[in-house]
Amino acid sequence: MIDVLTLVVGLAALALAVWCGHAFYRDQSTKDWHFIGMAVVTVLALVQLVIGVVQLSRGERPAKGTAIFVAYLLGAAACIPGAGFVSLTERTRWGSATVAAGAVVLGVLQVRLYDIWGG
Amino acid sequence: MTESVRSGLGRGPGRLLVWVYGVFTVAAASRSIVQMALHFGHAPLAYVLSAVAAVVYAFITYSLVRGGETARRAALVCCVLELAGVVTVGTWTLVDRAAFPDATVWSDYGMGYLFIPVILPVTAMVWLRRAGAR
Repeated sequence: MIDVLTLVVGLAALALAVWCGHAFYRDQSTKDWHFIGMAVVTVLALVQLVIGVVQLSRGERPAKGTAIFVAYLLGAAACIPGAGFVSLTERTRWGSATVAAGAVVLGVLQVRLYDIWGG
Repeated sequence: MTESVRSGLGRGPGRLLVWVYGVFTVAAASRSIVQMALHFGHAPLAYVLSAVAAVVYAFITYSLVRGGETARRAALVCCVLELAGVVTVGTWTLVDRAAFPDATVWSDYGMGYLFIPVILPVTAMVWLRRAGAR
């Protein structure tokens, strides 16, 4: 279950990175649609956080340790909102670049989460 | 120092740098805190070096946000320290593997972090120099 979600969040993050990277390339700031996209990815990351905690409470243990797993889940959930906030204060192409970078970070976090859970 | 230069460090491309430095501050700090809290004795040198990296990242992030000529110069010095740290620790981890039972942020020139620890200080120095020239 958590593995499927990790894959979904990872792919969504990748799509967001490409989308905002395209906006950067076109010299555009983030628009409403981008923020809706960020909200969708954030909701997915929050669902992942909740399901991760539920699995922990059921007694399942990640291979690389619970503390690291929770830290990465929290980081993943905070990543896109943080980047989105920065792009609100930077209404140029560089705001789009920041969200794209944030989405790449989220993608990397998903790869690490997969390792941490599965070993 | 005019206001445009003062606020310019964290604007435009600088905003992206602030974000990436912020992410690395959180990454290095949380990494060293978790590892020190859980098993400090396992690889104390590696964990202390990660903590040092976190402090350097935090200071550069703060300088970029704050802006101004003093902050720009301080950030430049820190970027040089950062690059020297990455190169030193990177070489050290390759030469003396036994000293590092666990990795640091700067191990193998930051390979575990997609080599961003090497690219970042160079990019930041270019940006800081350009911000100073304006």
